[in-house]
Amino acid sequence: MINASMRQVWLAVLKRDLRIAARRRSDALNPLLFLLMVVTLFPLGVGPGPDILARIAPGIIWVAALLASLLGLERLFKDDFQDGTLEQLCLLPQPLAFTTTAKVMAHWLLTGLPLVILSPLLALLLSLPMQGWWALALSLLLGTPALSALGAIGAALTLQVQRGSSLISLILIPLFIPLLIFATAAVENASMGLAVHGQLAILAAISVLTITLSPLAIAAGIKMSVN
Amino acid sequence: MTQETTAKVPLLHAEQLSSTRGGRVLFDELSFQLHPGELWQVTGPNGAGKSTLLRILAGLLEPTEGRIRFNGASVHDNWQSYCQQLLFIGHKAAVKGELTALENFYWQQQLTASPNTDGWDLLEKLGLLGLEDELTGRLSAGQQRRVALTRLWANKAKLWILDEPFTSLDVQGVALLQKRFAEHLADGGCIIFTSHQSLTLSELSPKLIDLSQAAQVHSEAAYD
Repeated sequence: MINASMRQVWLAVLKRDLRIAARRRSDALNPLLFLLMVVTLFPLGVGPGPDILARIAPGIIWVAALLASLLGLERLFKDDFQDGTLEQLCLLPQPLAFTTTAKVMAHWLLTGLPLVILSPLLALLLSLPMQGWWALALSLLLGTPALSALGAIGAALTLQVQRGSSLISLILIPLFIPLLIFATAAVENASMGLAVHGQLAILAAISVLTITLSPLAIAAGIKMSVN
Repeated sequence: MTQETTAKVPLLHAEQLSSTRGGRVLFDELSFQLHPGELWQVTGPNGAGKSTLLRILAGLLEPTEGRIRFNGASVHDNWQSYCQQLLFIGHKAAVKGELTALENFYWQQQLTASPNTDGWDLLEKLGLLGLEDELTGRLSAGQQRRVALTRLWANKAKLWILDEPFTSLDVQGVALLQKRFAEHLADGGCIIFTSHQSLTLSELSPKLIDLSQAAQVHSEAAYD
């Protein structure tokens, strides 16, 4: 029997998830709309003065990004769990830890990457100084993969829980805090013209760590639920 | 392989399987051997542990005790080669409602890298032609079942583990599936399935594993 290569299976899972997201557009766009709403409402709430806005902009954008990433998380594995697809993924010769990374990647492409692309617009809406927005874009680019990877652990652990979204938030918010601290510090430093390498390096380190280790936790969580 | 050696080494060998779910013994010290070309039917009342047994055989569940050998080697130690020879269709059919019948079929194909089979021919055979652009979520239960069963025609796996494959199929569907069973058995394959109905095709004579008896035997033993 010809064996499906690892790459082929990975791409098949990724493409399928993206295709399903394209068929459920409102679900896929929901986190992004939420974030845009928060960011546009803040100037109306605190007043349009550029001083205050620029000062709190990194915090607003990152807090909104964290909360937005929690929105669709519950369904990341749940649909596949309920219709039996996860069982089939468990029965592939390829390790489950490997195939689930394709699902995490699809999640990042749908929630993380759009944020990076939208970051100039977000910076503009909150009158973040020009030297701040590239740091914002970089912090999002380096930080959002960790959001998806950690989020997937939460989703895998709560598969058996009916309406697990509040439990997911409880599990994940503490894990997200370091990201929030270093990301906002990077953007603030950049706005003031200071060096940001340190903070960005830590963000990158967190992402690398979570991306490499989370698949094991995700696979363990899924296997526990499938049993 | 000669007839003699196949008789010696069973394709699947369940040794002394026991399973306890929720404090209840479903079956105890259940042993059986599946040889190539054999058809096995697991029967028993609802809740007797039929699905549990199949999930244990597929490696999705750990038995409380006992072990499973495939081609003489422990399934645990040869998980990869076991997966390649196994086709499991569970109670949940793994059909995505957001994808069309053809997309569902091709996605399964990509996962297993099965020999190229023309999806259109298969859809025609299963009476799904004309529905290929419809999202499977909008199809009837029987049609969704047919989409799930397309995998049986495009797979080289030797061992089929099927949980209630006849559910919601119409008479033609049941006949079609039984014909496919016969083909697979003639190819030296091996099938174990659960069903409440008995097969109608005369070539198929399944060996039975009756789980109601297994539970009975155990409860008698417990009284001794």
